[in-house]
Amino acid sequence: MKKLATSLLILFGAASPAFAQLKLTITQGVTDPINIAVVPFARAVPADGGTDVAAIIQRDLESSGRFKGMPRTDMLGAPTTKAEVDIAGWKQQRNDYVVVGRVSALSNGDVAVKAELINLLTGLSMMDKTWTVKPASMRKAAHRVADEIYKLIIGVPGAFDTRIAYVSVDGKPPNQKYQLIVADADGENALAILTRDRPLMSPAWSPDGTKLAYVSFENRVSSVWVQDIFTTQRSRVSARAGINGAPTWSPDGRKLALTLSGSNGNLDIYLLDLSNQQLTRLTDDPGIDTEANFAPDGSAIYFTSDRPGSPQIYRLGLGSGERPKRVTFTGTYNARPRVSPDGKQLAVLTLDNGAYRIGIQDLATGTMSILSKGRQDESPSFAPNGAMVILAGRERGQGILQTVSIDGQTSFKLNADAGEVREPVWGPYLK
Amino acid sequence: MKKLVTTVLLAASLALFAGCKTKTPPQPPQQEQQPTGDVSGVNDAVVGDETAMAGPSGELLSKRIIYFDFDRADIRADSQSVAAAHAQYLSKNPSQKVRLEGHADERGSREYNIGLGERRGQAVRRALLLQGVAEAQLSTVSYGEERPAVAGSDEQAYALNRRVEIVYLK
Repeated sequence: MKKLATSLLILFGAASPAFAQLKLTITQGVTDPINIAVVPFARAVPADGGTDVAAIIQRDLESSGRFKGMPRTDMLGAPTTKAEVDIAGWKQQRNDYVVVGRVSALSNGDVAVKAELINLLTGLSMMDKTWTVKPASMRKAAHRVADEIYKLIIGVPGAFDTRIAYVSVDGKPPNQKYQLIVADADGENALAILTRDRPLMSPAWSPDGTKLAYVSFENRVSSVWVQDIFTTQRSRVSARAGINGAPTWSPDGRKLALTLSGSNGNLDIYLLDLSNQQLTRLTDDPGIDTEANFAPDGSAIYFTSDRPGSPQIYRLGLGSGERPKRVTFTGTYNARPRVSPDGKQLAVLTLDNGAYRIGIQDLATGTMSILSKGRQDESPSFAPNGAMVILAGRERGQGILQTVSIDGQTSFKLNADAGEVREPVWGPYLK
Repeated sequence: MKKLVTTVLLAASLALFAGCKTKTPPQPPQQEQQPTGDVSGVNDAVVGDETAMAGPSGELLSKRIIYFDFDRADIRADSQSVAAAHAQYLSKNPSQKVRLEGHADERGSREYNIGLGERRGQAVRRALLLQGVAEAQLSTVSYGEERPAVAGSDEQAYALNRRVEIVYLK
């Protein structure tokens, strides 16, 4: 992270543009949350850089909607080890779990974050683990603790130690500034990896989380680029006549599916092999075919097509001789499919009673349920654990980001302090 | 090779319009625009680098925007005369090129709206071709909902943003 920040500074120098910082607000939680007390950790001043590890863990857990953290003002003591925890007392205060821990400075300059999770029902320790990080990665250590707690209690991995990318836009049309931003999943540590005065759109994470593919109009026409988020080095991979759009990575990271139109303006989906630039046409229809997304096993793509007269989602198996099959039948507008990490659900942009909302379609039954509540929601993207979807919405005329749990019960939003933010994409787990 | 082509084209366009009064220096290609790695098969859309100019004046010719109905890509009756005036001018001036920039309103999916904007640009392109304009004079680009003419989330803003802009090129 430090390395990235340094290279960005070199890149932009003193003229480094200010960009939107996100603020996370939990807007809706489950009705019957798990009560957890995350007690302030013993600090290592000044090595911990002032980072409040317990506060980050608590906010991560609460942002999932599954947990309710105990307010610090209600805490009777400040234990930092299991031995110091009065099991009966914390249980009496209606807690299900307690988290305690200590931060200590190591002689080599690293920082050790030790955290214990205690189940108050059994009185037993569920986790007693230490994460050793550089002082600059204290937030990352806290996210990892939260991931572990989430996994132990909920049963599926957390997605707090992950990244998101999005586009931020500043200024009034037609003179707008566009930035491609990478941030932690909680909106912190936001960094612009690209700034342009012409539109940037459709960011897509490589499966290993090191690169973003996106569309830029910097040459007045569209082109598709791939950029390393650490070195910020970029290369143009498609600048053919007509539209170059909607890039998406194959699960092995070797190919991009993208939308090309040629000069006659017919949008179809193609597969671009990044190793040799070989192009294979996947669809051939006079309608608009776009917004491809791979099934997690790479055996098929889902895409938007208006061949039936309005946009709907189709599936195309990538075996030889397969034909596109229509997948969505609910409503007159379904677009921008994104497949869940387990391949069983599809998040789409759907027209619901006159409002554009995010729908989740079960691929086995074909049933669609509405996930979001806005009037102009768009750009759904699954968290890598499949438990949350991040999407773009509008609030008082400005674009904001929002995450919603897959059952629709809980949500939090990420507002920019300036300008608007759009097209969020949740990155994969990092190795 | 590509750099050479770009340079030659730039030189050619400079020579061609050396006598032009309102001259804007052509944008030098930025380093980042040079692709790295193997991009054989990438057909550079050089047309996109051409700069806009004032273009012809006149009651109809000074109108450069054609508006569209919601989810439609057919040129409305009230815009046919504007399209016809540009077609007439362009067929009389076969060296003049225009870029047709298609746009959509903000509702719906962004990449699908790129498709809708392109469909509108192609509708104007076809109308101009039918009225005698040569293919080489025309190029299209779609910005979808990415470059609205006006801000706002109401019918009035939507109507102003669903458009094709006819941009005369130097």
